[in-house]
Parts: sequence; structure tokens; C-alpha cells
Amino acid sequence: MAGKTLYDKLWHNHLVEQRDDGSALIYIDRHLIHEVTSPQAFEGLRLAGRKPWRLDANLAVPDHNVPTSTEERAGGVAGILDLVSRLQVQTLDDNCLAFDITEIPINDIRQGIVHVVGPEQGATLPGMTVVCGDSHTSTHGALGALAHGIGTSEVEHVLATQCLIQQKMKNLLVKIDGQLGPGITAKDVALAVIGEIGTAGGTGYAIEFGGEVVRRMSMEGRMTMCNMSIEAGARMGMVAVDDCTLDYVRGRPYAPTGANWDAAVAAWRDLHSDADAVFDRVVSLDGAAIKPQVTWGTSPEMVLPIDGVLPDPAAIGNPAAREAVERALTYMGLRPGMAITDIRPDRVFIGSCTNSRIEDLRAAAEVVRGRRVAASVKQALVVPGSGLVKAQAEAEGLDAIFIAAGMEWREPGCSMCLAMNADKLGAGEHCASTSNRNFEGRQGFGGRTHLVSPAMAAAAAIAGHFIDVRSLQETTA
Amino acid sequence: MKNFTVLDGLVAPMDRANVDTDMIIPKQFLKSIKRSGFGPNLFDEMRYMDEGQPGEDSSKRPLNPDFPLNQARYQGASILLSRSNFGCGSSREHAPWALEDYGFRCIIAPSFADIFYNNCFKNGVLPVVLDAESVEILFQQLYATEGYHLVVDLEQQQVCCPDGEVFHFEVDSFRKHCLLNGLDDIGVTLESAETIRRFEAGWRRQSPWLFGSMTVGER
Ligand code: SF4
Repeated sequence: MAGKTLYDKLWHNHLVEQRDDGSALIYIDRHLIHEVTSPQAFEGLRLAGRKPWRLDANLAVPDHNVPTSTEERAGGVAGILDLVSRLQVQTLDDNCLAFDITEIPINDIRQGIVHVVGPEQGATLPGMTVVCGDSHTSTHGALGALAHGIGTSEVEHVLATQCLIQQKMKNLLVKIDGQLGPGITAKDVALAVIGEIGTAGGTGYAIEFGGEVVRRMSMEGRMTMCNMSIEAGARMGMVAVDDCTLDYVRGRPYAPTGANWDAAVAAWRDLHSDADAVFDRVVSLDGAAIKPQVTWGTSPEMVLPIDGVLPDPAAIGNPAAREAVERALTYMGLRPGMAITDIRPDRVFIGSCTNSRIEDLRAAAEVVRGRRVAASVKQALVVPGSGLVKAQAEAEGLDAIFIAAGMEWREPGCSMCLAMNADKLGAGEHCASTSNRNFEGRQGFGGRTHLVSPAMAAAAAIAGHFIDVRSLQETTA
Repeated sequence: MKNFTVLDGLVAPMDRANVDTDMIIPKQFLKSIKRSGFGPNLFDEMRYMDEGQPGEDSSKRPLNPDFPLNQARYQGASILLSRSNFGCGSSREHAPWALEDYGFRCIIAPSFADIFYNNCFKNGVLPVVLDAESVEILFQQLYATEGYHLVVDLEQQQVCCPDGEVFHFEVDSFRKHCLLNGLDDIGVTLESAETIRRFEAGWRRQSPWLFGSMTVGER
């Protein structure tokens, strides 16, 4: 019999009941909750007179709606100016209190974007099944966990039963071999993978990221990769456990200690695909060939290396593909044949669950150090992923570097990634953004998003147009 | 949940690939703590000329005349025909809530994003996957025929065209069963409560570090 993939093992470990119709009941170890997708689930429990199955499996944190300006944050929940947002954050607090669920509230130093907070607190661990009413739950797969987003009905289902009804996915191995060039980051790799397989390439699959590049990557880089699995169409992405994983988890507040730690490590050592495991599909990329990436269109697969030029619809044979490119160019206000380096962002956003960890902020600060944001850039926001990331960055003096360059240093939250709070693009504005989605209107009505790495966003802020960050890094070195 | 058996419905086009959840229901409407009332804001940015705000009366807003759902011939549509990778993007269940609230009970496309597909079934909306060629045929017929209806039969797993042509579709039997009968799947799962408890006890013995670390006392 062929060996098992990492996904097969995680699935098997959590299989409560296999049904004849192909569906299965899967046990859920960790359920993360935020304010946007949970109110209707709690309401559902109330209406049906149900109670949560297991309180200690849940952890809640508000992130999507919280303001990020220091003044507005000072007043806590009551200080949120947008009353609809305030009610939603308040409702999360109320529900957690009523149902006895642990919550990290606004302005607690541990508060932040749910996908930054989970690993940071050791609330998400290797070998777990992790779910959350948010598609970027795939992030936690970086720890060797089976982690994916769910809808609100499933949030209610997990609260009530500690299980989900699932269909097993197929196995896809994305293997990035070789070595990344200097200045190339996990974000560039993630975008290059999406450029290669397309935004539906992973639909129906669980992705495992492997190969030399991923093995050498930091946990934060792996989180960035797994985070963007959903943009490749896969609900979940994961990376095998190795020493890097264990070093990251050790000593986190909710991580096991003592004998429990030793037992856990012994179990976690098995969390990799067997050498003879068979994948339904394998995609290989050469890490050395990956350049800094920039999206130009309205889907993450509309991505080019920094030295690329925009496609010409007239040269595209397939009518549907031609129309999609035409539509994207029109929405983005860009011309066929234009160089990526000629695109001039009006705003810059460094943050989101994809790229708001300490390593991301360090990479951006490195580029910005001693330089000034270009006069043509109206705003450059730096939004740390959690209060702890913020504190760490301040201890390292990164905030001072950003502020000296003319950037704004904010309180943790989702911010301009989806613009549910006051941080948003104006109609027609271009944004160099380290987030994960460049959909129409994502960062504000009529806004135009270009997805890039933190270093590339910082470089665009300085230059006033997209530029190969490596040219700035060379002059620094 | 509303059940779904046979739907004889007017069809409307959403003729593009990668229709994402931000298009289906823009984020400002996600601030609601209710699960109904999203219909007027379905496809908000394409449907109206201005930027919609939660709580606003959308009946007074300027409509985009080019958007199909604003055209007289598609009023009352309950089946939406679209292209590949429909529903990509976020896990927001507000997307199927908005479609359902507007009146759509069935979406036909060559492929769907996984989470969206799953969310539809929880809300009485049937996503039907037909191959791209079949969808192309349906689009041509739809554009050529005013008042174009399809009959979608879940039990038989068929889409029947006015000219008698029939397309078969696949759907997994558990989801089909729940949707046909309008079952609440929490209720179904709780029938296995004993099995879950037994699994949990074993799992706790095997992986004690996964339990008890997040209790209220630590708040
Ligand atoms: S940062 Fe953006 S993508 Fe991540 S959870 Fe928040 S809104 Fe979603």
C-alpha cells in the first residue's frame, strides 16, 4: 500500500465517522471566532436552544472591523465611530460572555488579526484541525495543521457538535525547488504559484507546499504561502512539521509544556508525507527563476514579474480570456503593453494576515530606512498583525523608521485589506498592497489593488512607482 | 432550511468567470448581525451607480442600466447562469444569503469555489456544475430567448431546457438528501453524538495537549 500524505494523516487522525455516501464526520480541535461571521451562528444556537459542545476549543478575537487609528482605538469598543461596526464588535463580546468563550478583546496586547494571533499564542498547533469563519484560515496549515475556512452555518455546526461534515479532498503537492534569489520572499513565491496554476488550480485539492525553498523558509514565510492557498482555489494549504516548526511553537502561551510537550513532539514528528505517498497532482517550480511579483488585474492570477509588460487583449485568441483581460485593464485604468514599473500607486498598505508579521515589517523597514515616501503617494499605512507584533516592532525601532519615512504606524487589525473600517481606497486609486485579494472594490469602492511583498510595497512607496526592490537593496548594501 | 426539489425558473446571466464574493456582496454589508435582508445589495457595485451603505434604502438609488438584473426581461429570475470559478474569494455566507434573499435558488456554472459551493447547500441554494460547453449552449439559448426558463430537478439530477434537451449533473448524496428534505445538518450530526463522544475520549487520551488549555479561567 502506498504511503500517506500529510493531509491523509491529518484527515485520518480526526475521522469520527465515515459514511457510506462518501461524506465524513471530522473532529475539530480548534475553532477561531471573529466578529463578522459569528453573530448569526450564535443567534442560531440561541434559537435552537443549543450550547457549545466544548468551550475550551474556542478562541475569539475581533479584527475585521476594529479601527486602526490610535485615537479611535483609545476608547475601546465604545469609541468605535462607525456604529454598525461597533455593534458587531460589541455583539462578539456579548456572545463570548454569554456562552463562556475565551475572547481576546480589543486593546488587549494579544489582540490582532485572527490568523496572526492563533499561531502567535500557540492556540493553533501542529496536528490540529483548525477552522474559522474566514477563508484565510489556511494560514495555520503552515504549522502542519489541517486548517480551512468555513461559512457561518458551519461555525454554528462546529460550536454545536465539535465536528464538520466533510468530503475528502484530493492531494496536490506544490514543490518549489532550488534556491530563492536575494530579495525574493514567500509572497513572491505564493504569487508565482498562483500565476502558474491559476485561481481555480487548487479547487478540490488540499495543497502541501514542499521542496527545498519551503524547507528553508521561516514559519512566517510558510504562513504567507499557506495563507494564499485559497487564492489558488484550495481551501487548505500545509507544510510538513520540522525543527523550524517546533522551534516556533515552543514556549508559546497555549503550547504544551513538560511531559505533554515531549509527547506532542513525538506525535508531531510523524506529520509529513511518507516518502512513497502518492499525490493526485504535482506542480514543480524552480525557486531560482522567481522574480519579484506584482499583480496588475482584478484576480490574483493576473500577475507578472516586476520586469513584465501588461498583456494586449488583441493578442489573445480565446474570447473569454480576452474579455477577462479587457475588463480587468478597464477597471484598473491601465493600457496594454504598459510596463509594470510605470504603474504609480496612490496609496501603500503594508499589513493583513498575509504579511503583517514581524519578519514582514522588518523587510519593509529595511527598504524604507533613511528614505522618504515619494510625494506622489498620498498615504502609506503600516498595520501590524497583532499588538504583540506591534510591541516587538517598536522594541526594534521599526516604527520610528516608518514614521521618519512619512508612513503611518497603526493599531493592529485587518484594516485596508478589506476596508471594512475607515482605511480604504478612493475610487480610481491604485494601491501597492501586501494583502491577498485584488478583486474589484476589495479595498474600497472603485479601488485598484496591486498585490506585492512587503519589501516591494515599501520600494513602491519610496519610488512612487513599482520598482524592483533588489535595485534599492543593492544600493543599501 | 428551505427544501429544494424541482425548480422551474426564469434564468438570468452573470456572464463572466471568477465572480468573487466581494462582487456578490461587498464588505460594508457584512457588518450586519442578521442573516436576512441582503437581497437589495446583491452585486451592489455592479447593480447601482453609487456606493451602497448598510441600512440605506436601495430602492432610491440610481441603477446601472447595463447590468442584466436591472433589465425588464430578467425580473423575477430564480436561476443564475455564470462562468467558471463562481464564488471564489472569502468564506462569507452572506454571499449565498444575498443570492437567496434576492430570489435565486439555483446557480449554474462550470465550476465553483469550494467554500461557496458548500455554503450554498446550507441555505437552500443548489449550485449545479455543468461542463463549459453545456453552459455555453445555455448562454446562447438564454440570450436568444426572452423569458428563458429552465427546469432543475434535484432528485433526477437534471437540468431540462425548453427544447427538451436534458443535462445531467453530479451532486453528492448526503448534500442532496439534506437539500431535498430541507434538513438542518446540526440535527443530523447530533444523532451521532455518542460516536463523537467516544472519539473525543480516545483523542483526549492520545493527545491530551489539545484539551483544556483555553478555558474561561484564563481570560
Ligand atoms: S487581513 Fe484581510 S484576508 Fe486576512 S482575515 Fe483580515 S480581512 Fe481577511
